[in-house]
Amino acid sequence: MTTTYLKDIETVARNGGAKAPWLEALRRQGAERFAATGFPTTRDEDWRFNTLAPLTQAEFQLAPADLGGVTAADVAPFLYAIPGVRTLVFVNGRYAPALSSPGEVPAGVTVRNLAAALGAQHPALEAHLGRYAEPGKGGFTALNTAFVKDGLFVHVEKNVDAGAPIHAVFLSDGKVGNAASHPRSLIVVERGARVAVLESYVGPAGGTYFTNAVTEAVVGDNAHLEHLKIQRESELASHVGTTHIHQGRDSRVTSFAISLGAAFGRNNLDINLDGENIESQMLGLYMGRGRQELDNHTNLLHAHPNCGTREVYKGILDDRAHGIFNGKIYVTPLAQKTDAKQTNRALLLSDTARIDTKPQLEIFADDVKCTHGATVGNLDQLAGFYLQSRGIGGALGRKILVYAFAAEILEEIPYESVRQGLEALVMARLDERGEG
Amino acid sequence: MLEIKNLQAKAGEKQILNGISLTVNAGEVHAIMGPNGSGKSTLAQVLAGHPAYEVTGGEVRFEGQDLLDMEPEERAQAGVFLAFQYPVEIAGVSNAYFLRAAYNEIQKARGKEEMDPIDFLDLVEEKLKLVEWGPEIMSRAVNHGFSGGEKKRNEILQMAVLEPKLAILDETDSGLDIDALRIVANGVNKLRRPDNATIVVTHYQRLLNYIVPDHVHVLAGGRIVKSGGKELALELEAKGYEWLTEEAVTA
Ligand SMILES: Nc1ncnc2c1ncn2[C@@H]1O[C@H](COP(=O)(O)OP(=O)(O)O)[C@@H](O)[C@H]1O
Ligand SMILES: [Mg+2]
Repeated sequence: MTTTYLKDIETVARNGGAKAPWLEALRRQGAERFAATGFPTTRDEDWRFNTLAPLTQAEFQLAPADLGGVTAADVAPFLYAIPGVRTLVFVNGRYAPALSSPGEVPAGVTVRNLAAALGAQHPALEAHLGRYAEPGKGGFTALNTAFVKDGLFVHVEKNVDAGAPIHAVFLSDGKVGNAASHPRSLIVVERGARVAVLESYVGPAGGTYFTNAVTEAVVGDNAHLEHLKIQRESELASHVGTTHIHQGRDSRVTSFAISLGAAFGRNNLDINLDGENIESQMLGLYMGRGRQELDNHTNLLHAHPNCGTREVYKGILDDRAHGIFNGKIYVTPLAQKTDAKQTNRALLLSDTARIDTKPQLEIFADDVKCTHGATVGNLDQLAGFYLQSRGIGGALGRKILVYAFAAEILEEIPYESVRQGLEALVMARLDERGEG
Repeated sequence: MLEIKNLQAKAGEKQILNGISLTVNAGEVHAIMGPNGSGKSTLAQVLAGHPAYEVTGGEVRFEGQDLLDMEPEERAQAGVFLAFQYPVEIAGVSNAYFLRAAYNEIQKARGKEEMDPIDFLDLVEEKLKLVEWGPEIMSRAVNHGFSGGEKKRNEILQMAVLEPKLAILDETDSGLDIDALRIVANGVNKLRRPDNATIVVTHYQRLLNYIVPDHVHVLAGGRIVKSGGKELALELEAKGYEWLTEEAVTA
C-alpha cells in the first residue's frame, strides 16, 4: 500500500528537518519516483524469488520519533566491547543521544548523526548524499530518499586514520505495530584515509516493524573501509537494507553482511569499483529458521583494469526458511585483468528449507579471471568422521559441523568481541534447535 | 584386546586389504611397516570405521565386542583412538571446545560424569606438559592453520586427554623434525600402561628407535608378509622392502 507512505512523505515535506534546497530536491525526487513506480513486484527480475506481498501490501506508518522509554538495557544486548568503539544509537530511525557514546574522534574525523550534520551543512553532504544510491535504483531506495532525515554520518579527511571503529545501532522499539523507519547513512572516506564502521539493525523479539535502510559509502583513492552490517532484527520484522559502496583507485574495502533476524530480510550490496587496482572482499553469513526469508543480492561493477574481488557468502537454513543469493559481477570491456572470485554455499538443515541461488556473471572483457562456485548441501564429511573418531557423533557432531561452517566466515571478522558475540549467537541458535 | 581375523576391505572397486590377521594384547606395542600404498592407512581407517571403506570379509573383535558392527563414535567411546596421518582442520571450533566435547561424550557413554570447563582445563594442563605445549593452543581452532608437526602433536594431545585402550598411530612421525619426533615419542611412551596397547604405523624405522615395539609386521599388497621382533625393523632399514614384496608376490 503506497498511499500511507505518500501521506507520510507529505507530512515530512511540510515540517521535516533542514531546508537546504538541494536536500528538498533530493527528497522530492525520491517521493516522485516512489509515487511513480511504487514497490517492486515479483515480476521484476531482481525480486522474482521474493515473497514481497506481505511487506508491500501492509500499512506501515512512519515510526514515532518519541523514544517511548527505550533504555540502555534494551540496547546492551546488541553492543560489542570493541576497545575504543564509538557508539551512536538510533531509535526508530532517530538519533538517541542519551543512549549513545560517540566519544572523542581524532582531528579530521567527523562522526555525527545525519540530521545534525545536515543542520551544520557539512559540505560532504551535498557532494555525496544521493549520488550513489540514486532514487532511480528502485522503489525501496526511492522511498528511503523521500524520508532522508537521520542516520549515521562519517567523514574522514584525506590521509587520516579514524582509529577505533564506529558502531551505529539502529533499533526499532516495536512498541507500535507496523511502524516503518528509513535510516539513511553516509560514509565518506577521503583519499588515503581509513575507517571501520559497523551498522547493527536490531529490534526486540516479536516486533512487527519495517526497516528500510540505505547506506552510501564513498571510498577515495587509496583509502580503506571496513564495513560490517549486522542484521539482528526481530524475526517478525521486515528489513530491506541497501549498501552502495563507491571505490576509487587503489582503495580497499572489506564488507561483512551478517543476517540473523527478520521475517523478510533483504540485503543489497552494490559495489562500484571505479578505478584501477582496487581490492574488495565481501563476506556474508545468513541464518534462517521458522519461515524467515533471507535474501542477499550483491552487485559488483568492475569498470577498470586490474581489480580483484573475493566474495564468500554462506547460508544456513532450517525449518521452512528460504534463502536467496544473487551474485552479479559485471565486467566492462575496459576492465581487463579483472580477478573476481565468488563462492556461495548453503546448508539446508531440514527437508523444507530451500535456497534459490543465481550467479550472474556478465563479462565483456576478454583477459579476466572470474570464478564462481555454488554448493548446496552437505556437511563436511571428513570433519564429520574426525569428530566421530573422537567419540562425537549424532546431534552434537552435526551441531559442531554446522557451527564450523558458519564460523569460517565469522573468523574473518577482525574484532574479537564481535566475532565471539556472533559465534555465541550462532551456537545458541543451534542449541535451540535441539535434535532434529 | 584386539583380534583381527582374515580382514578384507575395499574402497570403491579397489580391493586393498587381502586378509589380515593380527592379535594385539594389553601392554603390547605393535609396529606395522610397509611400502607406500601397501594398505597401512586403510587398515588403520577400517579399524576406526571410516565410511569410505567397505569390509568384504573377516572379523575384528575389540575386548570381545564385534568392532566392525559399531559406529565410529562408539568405537572411540569403547576406547579405540586413531591418530590420523592427515589430521582434519575444523575452522572456528576451538581445541578446548572440541576436546572437552570428545572427553564428555566418552565419559557419558561410559556412564561417568561430564566435566565442566574449569575442571577440564586443569586436566588438560597436565596433558599439555606431555607434548611440551602452553595453554594458548587450546584457544586455537582445531588444527586450523597448524603446521604439519603441530597437527601431529595435537593428535598426541588428544590421545593423552582421551586415554584410549587401543591407540593406532598412523605415520605420526612423518614430517616431524627431530625435536618434534622426540616430543611425540615421549608422549606416547609416557602414556604406555600395562592395560593399554599401541599400534604404530610407520614407513620408516626412525620412530621405532624412540617407541620400541614388541612386534613388527610388514604389510605388502594388503597382507602381512612378515612378522618378527624389534630387530625386524632394523633389518628392513638395512635391506629395504623389495626382498619381502617379491617374496609376497611369488608366495
Ligand atoms: N578411499 C580410497 N579410495 C580409493 N583408493 C584408495 C582409497 N584409500 C586408499 N586407496 C588405495 O589403496 C592403496 C593403499 O592405500 P593406503 O592404505 O593409504 O596405503 P599406505 O598407508 O600403506 O601408504 C593405495 O593404492 C591407495 O591409492
Ligand atoms: Mg598411509
